[in-house]
Amino acid sequence: MSQEFRLDKGGFINRDKKISFKFNGKQYFGYEGDTLASALIANGVHLVGRSFKYHRPRGFFGAGVDEPYAIVQLFRNNETDPNIKATEQELFEGLRAESVNCWPNVNFDIGAINNFFRMFIPAGFYYKTFMWPKSFWYKLYEPIIRKAAGFGKASIKHDQERYEHKYEYCDLLITGSGPSGLASAYAAAKNGAKVILAEDKPRFGGSLLTTDVNIGNQTGVEWTKKIISELKSMSNVIVKNRSQVFGYYDHNMLVMNERLSDHLPKTEKYTPKQRLWYIRAKEVIISSGSIERPLVFGNNDTPGVMLSSAAKEYIKVYGVIVGKKPLIFTNNDSGYETAIEFKKNGIDPLVLDTRNDPKSDIINEAKSLNIKIKISHVVVTAKGYKKVKSADIAKISDDKKHLSEIENVACDCICVSGFWTPSIHLASQSGNKSTFSEEIDAFIPDKSKQRETTVGSAKGIFTLEETLENAFESGFNLSKKITNNDNKISVPSVVEKKFTNHDKFWCVPLPKGKNYKRFLDFQNDVAVSDIELALREGYRSIEHVKRYTTLGMATDQGKTSNLNGLQLVSDVENKVVPQVGHTTFRPPYTPISIGAIVGREVGKHSKPTRKSPMHEWHKKNNAVFVDAGIWLRPRYYKKGNENLFEASKREAKNVRQNVGVCDVTTLGKIDIKGPDAAEFLNRVYTNAWLKLPIGKARYGVMLREDGIVMDDGTTTRISENHYHMTTTTAQAANVLSHLEYYLQLVWPELNVNVVSTTEQWAGAAIAGPNSRKLLQKLFTNKDVSNESLPFMGYTEGDFFGINAKIYRISFSGELAYEVNVESDYGNFMWEKIMEVGKEFNIQPYGTEALSTLRIEMGHVAGSELDGRTIPYDNSLEGLVSKKKDFIGKRSLDKAAFIRPDREKIVGVVPLDKKTSIPEGSYLVKDPKAKLPNPKLGHVSASCWSVEYDNPFSLAIIKDGKNMIGKKLYALSPLKNKSIHVEIVSSHYVDPEGKRVRS
Amino acid sequence: MLYIKCPHCGMRSQNEFAYGGDATVKRPELNKEISDSEWNNFVYLRKSPRGKHLELWQHISGCRQWIKVERDTLTHEIFKTFKAEE
Repeated sequence: MSQEFRLDKGGFINRDKKISFKFNGKQYFGYEGDTLASALIANGVHLVGRSFKYHRPRGFFGAGVDEPYAIVQLFRNNETDPNIKATEQELFEGLRAESVNCWPNVNFDIGAINNFFRMFIPAGFYYKTFMWPKSFWYKLYEPIIRKAAGFGKASIKHDQERYEHKYEYCDLLITGSGPSGLASAYAAAKNGAKVILAEDKPRFGGSLLTTDVNIGNQTGVEWTKKIISELKSMSNVIVKNRSQVFGYYDHNMLVMNERLSDHLPKTEKYTPKQRLWYIRAKEVIISSGSIERPLVFGNNDTPGVMLSSAAKEYIKVYGVIVGKKPLIFTNNDSGYETAIEFKKNGIDPLVLDTRNDPKSDIINEAKSLNIKIKISHVVVTAKGYKKVKSADIAKISDDKKHLSEIENVACDCICVSGFWTPSIHLASQSGNKSTFSEEIDAFIPDKSKQRETTVGSAKGIFTLEETLENAFESGFNLSKKITNNDNKISVPSVVEKKFTNHDKFWCVPLPKGKNYKRFLDFQNDVAVSDIELALREGYRSIEHVKRYTTLGMATDQGKTSNLNGLQLVSDVENKVVPQVGHTTFRPPYTPISIGAIVGREVGKHSKPTRKSPMHEWHKKNNAVFVDAGIWLRPRYYKKGNENLFEASKREAKNVRQNVGVCDVTTLGKIDIKGPDAAEFLNRVYTNAWLKLPIGKARYGVMLREDGIVMDDGTTTRISENHYHMTTTTAQAANVLSHLEYYLQLVWPELNVNVVSTTEQWAGAAIAGPNSRKLLQKLFTNKDVSNESLPFMGYTEGDFFGINAKIYRISFSGELAYEVNVESDYGNFMWEKIMEVGKEFNIQPYGTEALSTLRIEMGHVAGSELDGRTIPYDNSLEGLVSKKKDFIGKRSLDKAAFIRPDREKIVGVVPLDKKTSIPEGSYLVKDPKAKLPNPKLGHVSASCWSVEYDNPFSLAIIKDGKNMIGKKLYALSPLKNKSIHVEIVSSHYVDPEGKRVRS
Repeated sequence: MLYIKCPHCGMRSQNEFAYGGDATVKRPELNKEISDSEWNNFVYLRKSPRGKHLELWQHISGCRQWIKVERDTLTHEIFKTFKAEE
């Protein structure tokens, strides 16, 4: 297919390299250096999508980040991306893209019926219509709206691409490589500052790529090339293209998205698709330029209506003309530049200028080129549905209120220019309040809030000479502050065309008897009439108008719509724009993929995975793992076809009958040293610690200041001033911070040091009636009798040549020991235990069996110490000292805590001795009572008691002690279960604790 | 992301720190008889000032020291940072 709208020459594309691509299933070609938009326009394709609400045909409006319409679904290397702007997507071989927001296809879209019913879809339509009946929302309204709305579909596949994050520090970050960005970067770099220059487009130069100017006897393009190549050669400068600085956060941290691979058919090996840069800059120069403002007239959203600057960019950068019969509609001199470009390429434009007597160099130039100009003329409405075919134009009175006779002129595109809006998004995000400039009818940055300086047209400076002067000055001054160097570069001489004033006119009045839709926000289908309606309905604050009408929302963030919306509100409200104020600009400035934000923190990389030194052994022995905090722990060891229930029962039973071994490496361990260690523990734990002898362990409970149990564990006195504390796996980090808080801030007078030793020790719990016999064989030279190593005793021993620490503590309720060796010997220890233990029928057991053992013993764990219970609730009153003070003690007197019917821990057994009670079940008196059924308590943990071979659960229940022996019901609405149960003691097995002391 | 000057380590990014609440709260002395309302004030009641606020942060991924930070809750401006004992 020939490219009807491609010029024979011109642009920065590589005409030697053809690239084929598919749009909506049809094959086209473009050239290297094209965007999808420029290639489609070259091929005469102007219909690319449907609008958000009315499904009106959508073409191209801009040529870059400002594009509100041309959003496509992109297919690349077997992946798909929604929300891609065709104006930003560079062409690559094999690119495939499809229209979004249309069904069944873009040419025939059923949703377009909304367009004819649009009188029924006014502002706030969704809020007004879908409110009733309420039950219809989830089933009917929402699914339909969801299907009809939105731009494209997210991929449901796991994204195989790699995204990276990078942290960088610099003296100056410069956002945008137009004339002001280049000048300030060059001045700062030459003065020794560490500079990052970021450009969101593939090509550097910004407006210099499309304007005929001369800098230091070179064209703008030549000058750009020279500056960029020099900057790139400097070691103190990072120059990045395809990199969008999209967010300005606190303390001068900015985030930039570098798209390294989106322009390639597939991502190269060892290169990420995108890289997110977190940049902490000492100073920021915002040189983000400005975006042309639309003019508002009837059906101004018809494909073929576009920004005049975009039309110029398509000619100058891509050698593409957007139409062969262009109409230029302008209120300032910029439109003439576009007209001249058309004329130079052999196409006759017609210029409509809203001004009644404009005079400037560029208008004279246009006149000398015989360009037809109609002054005091406006476009009343565009005609044509899928593409502009003609325009109704009219002369407008000097007060801009009255239209003369309407005349129809044929045209195939309408290039509009309503003057320029500085891109103040980044400045605004930094906290800069911005101020309204009457001169340019737009907001510009005000006093700096953070360390940011705006230069060039982003600040409302529209002449090149002033821009360069100002930017060189800023770059030099800011760098001097940081580097103290004084190397000033002289500003080059500039030749540019002089412009005259623009016309403040922005919205064409409706002719009598016509009700043309005049759009303000092209992405969200917000028309003049919507804003007027919102105001009539009483919305006053611009923030409310925004939310009610969706003006300036979504991915577009009001890039082209914002100011015209404000103009309208101020006109209707008879206020001036600065009084109305503008809505908040929020990051990101332009859509950023979720992949880039997440970076490498995906799957197993989202948090570190900790493994015990015995992990490989567990794996080899068919362990099924479970996440315990960030640790991986064996849940059970699968034998044959066993399931979780069967395996854990076998493992637990073997502990009760023979001996089992469990990997307890994951327990938090904290070393506590210092002369005041005992006093410190005495304040941290609820029980007494001053008289713990050396070589003894003690169980302790620590509270928060509000009396709630924070954690429990054993602490052992290793020597006079040295204690070894254990915490639960989950709370290890919090407990350490808690201890540090009290030592550093509350009681700095205590001479104590704490340090985490969790990773230093590998731990194995040996539990069961045979455990002493096994221990004796492991420590042949050591007396491990009940007399020398009693319950809660501690000793050290020689474990086949290595030093081991032996703690006689028990979580399972059986005679048990925990052996710790240095981590590197962990696997050696484990294998020895398994080898020696063979004759005692040793089996490893996982966390599921461990739970079973502790539940039927009535030992509390995380499911009881759930951040809501105090020691009394868990029958731990024996551990609460009456004599001494400790953290949280004062709170235990609270009325709610000493209420007689306060919740208490109990055991629960189903009457049928068969039905397992789901964890989380409610305990009630009457299962059929009217809802809400009064809840007496809840089941915190359940197991299959291996001792009695029936289900057993722990529960926290009101007035627990007095409930023992009572029959209640356990309700689990989630599992649809109602189980008749009996309340029993929480100490189901060995209530006297004989076994641990045996 | 805030940029916090740890008095022990220098300028570090916020993601190395954990927030620790109001630094002006003083824990009542141990073993001291105090009223319910005094205790409640200490455990639960915190001011939520708009503007300058002296607060605690812990440099958890650094020196693990608790530090005091004088920060504007509205603008996030950090005026000064102190060691725990300062």
